[in-house]
Amino acid sequence: MSSILTDKRTATLAGYVDDRVGASKIVKTFARKIFPDHWSFMLGEIALYTFVVLLISGTFLTFWYTPSMALTTYEGSYAPLVGQTVSEAYETTLNISFDIRGGLLMRQIHHWAALLFVAAILAHMARVFVTGAFRKPRELNWIVGCLLAILALAAGFTGYSLPDDLLSGNGLRIISGVIQAIPVVGTYLAFFIFGGEFPGEVIIPRLFILHVMLIPAALLALIGVHLGLLVLHKHMQFPAPGRTNTNVVGYPVFPVYAAKAGGFFFIVFGVVVLMAAVVTINPIWAYGPYDPSPIGAGTQPDWYILFVDGALRLMPGWLGPIPTEFTTFGYVWSLNILLPGAVVPGLMIMALFAYPWVEQWLSGDTREHHLLDRPRNKPTRTGLGVAALVFYVVMALAATNDLVATHFHISINDMTYVLRTLFFVGPPLAFWVTKRVCLGLQRRDRDLALHGRETGRIVRTADGEYFEVHEPLDVYERWNLVQQEADQLVPLPTGKASGLDKLRARMSAFFFEDRIEPVTPAELEAAHAHDDGHGRALEGDTDPHAVSASGRGSETGHGH
Amino acid sequence: MKALAARRRHPLATVVVTLMALLVVGGAYTALTPSKAVAAAASTADVQAGRELFLANCANCHGLQAQGTDAGPTLIGVGAASVDFQVGTGRMPLSANLPQAHDKPVQFSDEQISQMAAYVAQLAPGPAIPAAEYQEFTDDPERISTGNELFRTNCAMCHNVVGAGGALTRGKYAPNLQDVSAKHVYEAMLTGPQSMPVFNDANITPEEKQDIASYLHYVGTQPTPGGLSLGSLGPVSEGLFVWVGGILALVGCAVWLGARAS
Repeated sequence: MSSILTDKRTATLAGYVDDRVGASKIVKTFARKIFPDHWSFMLGEIALYTFVVLLISGTFLTFWYTPSMALTTYEGSYAPLVGQTVSEAYETTLNISFDIRGGLLMRQIHHWAALLFVAAILAHMARVFVTGAFRKPRELNWIVGCLLAILALAAGFTGYSLPDDLLSGNGLRIISGVIQAIPVVGTYLAFFIFGGEFPGEVIIPRLFILHVMLIPAALLALIGVHLGLLVLHKHMQFPAPGRTNTNVVGYPVFPVYAAKAGGFFFIVFGVVVLMAAVVTINPIWAYGPYDPSPIGAGTQPDWYILFVDGALRLMPGWLGPIPTEFTTFGYVWSLNILLPGAVVPGLMIMALFAYPWVEQWLSGDTREHHLLDRPRNKPTRTGLGVAALVFYVVMALAATNDLVATHFHISINDMTYVLRTLFFVGPPLAFWVTKRVCLGLQRRDRDLALHGRETGRIVRTADGEYFEVHEPLDVYERWNLVQQEADQLVPLPTGKASGLDKLRARMSAFFFEDRIEPVTPAELEAAHAHDDGHGRALEGDTDPHAVSASGRGSETGHGH
Repeated sequence: MKALAARRRHPLATVVVTLMALLVVGGAYTALTPSKAVAAAASTADVQAGRELFLANCANCHGLQAQGTDAGPTLIGVGAASVDFQVGTGRMPLSANLPQAHDKPVQFSDEQISQMAAYVAQLAPGPAIPAAEYQEFTDDPERISTGNELFRTNCAMCHNVVGAGGALTRGKYAPNLQDVSAKHVYEAMLTGPQSMPVFNDANITPEEKQDIASYLHYVGTQPTPGGLSLGSLGPVSEGLFVWVGGILALVGCAVWLGARAS
């Protein structure tokens, strides 16, 4: 009796709310939204959940942190720093670490989550790139994703500087140097940003407000857009039998994904807390307060900025007899800092933004795509992706040159020469190797689809002929190997071709000329007719003796 | 007293008084002058034994008179501290012709090392082995804090902020300092071995040298407050851990969740 009453009350309340908000329609549609399943689709989720962890732990930290560069004498619990002159920002960060209950754990949660956040974004971007998930209609969401990645770097860097410790202060010094290297306006910009000569007294409060307000707000807004577009476009799926460009095969949000995503959030949170509880991150008490005169050996930025630091370390001050820093008309041109510090990262970001349109232009493909590519089926794209990663890793490795040198007993000079060479040679080499591997895998797929799996069983016919039994794939498996479309080159237009047309045709050939044609139904038919004997031989395979006894082998072709 | 007073006009009285005054002044001078930081003067026997050890183990590179050869520098004037540091940390005798001498298991007994030090010390004046009071770590927090500040300003650029070590050019390096005795830290600053500059007593006083050694001892022996230190190497090892530990674990969970679905 009472339960009926409760139900009635709930229904009345729900009805009241629904009449005014109209939520039931949205909830119904969204709850039945179908999402496909694959582990690689959860990389973006890792980024999302670490962001939530960052918001929660970051809020905790702001309760005790003072963004001020005013000087004070440290009198807290960490003995080796007592009595030293430090900034309030540094002092309060030390207090969070040593005098606030749970503070150090929260700091470590925040920092580990930040490193994981950027790592998950990079992994997610790599997945989206190699599977072609950026193609129409998702190009705009690729742009939103790139903006999110840049904002994540900005959030990381501004946060890294806030404790005002020696390590991050040296990082800021490098940034101020890069800003000063911008021709003509650089010194003005640096004075504007730092409120005078470096380090000044305003940079920490300025970075703080960017870190806790502007950047998280922009991140939140763009995450909203990113997820909104995801729901609007529907999630892409890997090709499989029954999955087409016009459907989505998977499970509904409610209850399956709601439970799974909720569970995964707690797994991510758990892993972050475990890392924070067990492993030190950014021990600012060891680095000491910032002061422009000292520096520690092994000073590096957090991992995602390593590539900029590495590019700076690789850049020579002289190219033969030509200095890379010189003065003309009273202006200093610091190309030794400008090229690696600003131009290289700038070009990388531009290439990232432009890629979906470049590929569309070269393939002439303006259709919508909702099925993912298997990376091997797009050898050039996959090759470019790996080349870009190698480029990034070579630069990041260059930033760790001092640690690599001491730990592997290598001369730091030799390492610099090797990495300078790899800076130019590594990416093309990686591209070539990856492309060849992709083409090889495609050839193997083609072979598998046409002739089946080699079973390793050798059969001798009555005539003494030997062949290996090939087991045909089942149709579900085979579908995955034959479903892709053939790549098309953009031909030179008939009649007069402009320079741009020629460039387009040449680049299109670079992208799509080397390819393995997908298996056509006719080819499959022909292969099966050819392999028929083997197919029949298989049917009698339950008893191996029966094969040779029947003597049917005489009419079969041999294996491939 | 009467006898003294009776003889005060004695012709030798002036001489006696002068002698007594000289004795008092001289005695007071000796008593009040700070003693030199030299350990007990080495006996001739020690010097002789040290010379024999030197001829057998060192003269090949440093020359029969310790005058130096193409293979090794002269040891005239390097002092006992230099010998005590180089041999006492196992750097000498050199094991191979590398960019720099590595520390390795010590090859000689303490007695033999002091004999060689005595031999080299008597060749010409040079930095002596620090007095016993500076061979101990202090646990005075104020002095550790001073040591921290001095280390950060003078040493961290090569040795890393907690003395984990760092790279120099062409395969040379600043070694890890977290498990080095106070005496050897002191001697290294005093003598400037290999690529290291000399920090003399006017630059960093003996007490401050001891503060620095004590800070290193403190960070080397105290448990790190945040958990595992990942080699105290900073963001690089942290970044490596995020990819190898964090992302891999989470991708493992994602694969597991994906596998549960189908």
